[in-house]
Amino acid sequence: MSADNQFPQWEVFIQSKTGLPFKHAGNLHAADAELALQNARDLYTRRQEGTSIWVVPTDQIVASNPDDSDAFFDPAEDKIYRAATYYTMPEGAKHI
Amino acid sequence: MTVDEALVKYCLRLGDDAMILGHRLSELCSKGPYLEEDIALTNISLDLFGQTRMMYTTAGELEGKGRKEDDFAYNRLEPEFENVLLVEQPNGHFGNTIARQLIFSVFYYHLFSELKNSPNENLAAFAAKSVKETTYHMRHSAEWVVRLGDGTEESHWRIKDALNEIWSYRHELFEQDEVDTTLVEAGLIPDTTTLKARFENSIKEVLDRATIDEVAEGWKATGGRRGHHSEYLGHILPIFQSIPRTYPDSTWS
Amino acid sequence: MEDVNKLEAFQAKIDREEKIEPKDWMPADYRKHLIRQISQHAHSEVVGMQPEGQWISRAPSLRAKVVLLAKVQDEAGHGLYLYSAAESLSISRDELLEQLHTEKAKYSSIFNYPTLTWADMGAVGWLVDGAAIVNQVSLQRTSYGPYSRGMVRICKEESFHQRQGYEVISDMALGSPEQKQMAQDALNRMWWPSLMMFGPHDADSPNTGNATKWKIKRETNDELRQKFIDKTVQQAEVIGLTIPDPDLKWNEERGHYDFGKIDWSELKEVIHGCGPCNKQRLNHHRKAHEEGAWVREAANAYAQKQRDKKKVA
Repeated sequence: MSADNQFPQWEVFIQSKTGLPFKHAGNLHAADAELALQNARDLYTRRQEGTSIWVVPTDQIVASNPDDSDAFFDPAEDKIYRAATYYTMPEGAKHI
Repeated sequence: MTVDEALVKYCLRLGDDAMILGHRLSELCSKGPYLEEDIALTNISLDLFGQTRMMYTTAGELEGKGRKEDDFAYNRLEPEFENVLLVEQPNGHFGNTIARQLIFSVFYYHLFSELKNSPNENLAAFAAKSVKETTYHMRHSAEWVVRLGDGTEESHWRIKDALNEIWSYRHELFEQDEVDTTLVEAGLIPDTTTLKARFENSIKEVLDRATIDEVAEGWKATGGRRGHHSEYLGHILPIFQSIPRTYPDSTWS
Repeated sequence: MEDVNKLEAFQAKIDREEKIEPKDWMPADYRKHLIRQISQHAHSEVVGMQPEGQWISRAPSLRAKVVLLAKVQDEAGHGLYLYSAAESLSISRDELLEQLHTEKAKYSSIFNYPTLTWADMGAVGWLVDGAAIVNQVSLQRTSYGPYSRGMVRICKEESFHQRQGYEVISDMALGSPEQKQMAQDALNRMWWPSLMMFGPHDADSPNTGNATKWKIKRETNDELRQKFIDKTVQQAEVIGLTIPDPDLKWNEERGHYDFGKIDWSELKEVIHGCGPCNKQRLNHHRKAHEEGAWVREAANAYAQKQRDKKKVA
């Protein structure tokens, strides 16, 4: 048997309720977008997990490299002033 | 025939169609052309068994003799089933399965689209739920007919062949006997002659996309609605009903 | 020689209970071990569809039918989740299937036993899924991210599987005399093979060393087996069935059940292809795959045509 005819891979994102962000659910193989969508529905929403589905060809996803993670993410470490809890509010102030 | 009697029969027929096709598809579990598609076929089967249960339960309640869903599924003999012959036809290869599904789903899509407006609450609720499922089944089989038709040379002749073979079985879906006319006159169900053009248009759209020019006309399948079946049902029911029939003194949940 | 620094960083990450992700550096043996384990797990789900699948047509009630069908369908789904976890380690689905078909990859031997009566649908769910769940719950904490996420999803979905099985077998155990007899017979046949699902005793297990250090495995075979026995004995008692092990008895001191000696020679036979259904299961899978080839080709051809049309347009 040869490496017969593997379909391209698709990443599946599911929105569980309207208004919520789409969340990565997993992936699957399908020959084209329509079949990918149908199979995603059958595979990842059997238990009412979804109201909407995105499928994206896996090879179209651009991912950051783990080797870059220090350069990418550590610089945010000392910028805690981006969080609300960084600030001291005068005692008694409300609704802020 | 009273309207109530006709209603019971009508529900049983809807249930029988769904059950036998649900059974056929369930036979394919673990035999799909690839794993993702295996799951898709099982989903359709599960939808159909859900429809079966709803219709048998309704029939039992309307009949008022205390019969439950399993009494209809397991305790009737071949001639008492009034499903169309279409649903008994063997799975064959994937193209045969898909061709059979297309005809079934397109017909029921158009039927349920009307039936959901029935003044009969049971039928309306059933159709409203089922039309959603059937819309998906129709899309699934249509997209596959298109891919097989416009895929490879081999897949083209296979699906064409399959459609030629099964096409004759559509007639029965439109047949109307006393059960139907009684309910049509009472305004509870649509007259299937009004669905014919829509059915044929939908099929034609799919065939066009599938690059299939023409489907052969064969014999005019008939008999199922009178309990006269193809030989296949006689092989389905003994397996389907084997456990309760072998152990009549036991109950099963 | 693999880079020592990388190896140290890798181990440190695992020791901190952080997950390893597909693009992270990992030792070749870690990758190899995972591919072997995950693919075996995936194949087990998929081949495991057959012994239950062959009873769908004969389910004794419509309710039992849809439940079983949904369950077997889940197994297909779980196979897919696991294949995709394996694929993230740079092996293709086609390669994985080829390994199955050429018997280079294994699947759980339990599925080479036949399912002979409806009671087996109870025993399989109760014991086989029960044993699998003990293992899978533990694997939710495995160090490889995609495998761990797959396990979390699978455990969530499988919670109904064992209940389905236990419901079938308890209804039968508490039913007519012939039902009770079928239930006991199913337990007799499935009990020991279920215990063997956890693999050889720790002392005889050649792969445990690195797997534990790398936290692929979180608990040993014997620990998991004991867990399974401890929770199952009571469930058998409640429904009046007898576990076929005369040496089974509560050990106050250990706080566990002691149990009899497992006959490993039988398992070895089954692993080496002498189980009653080995050939049958593999042939079934090969046949479906081969018969589906023209369908997959058609789908690919159609997709290619659509892409070509787009280019022209």
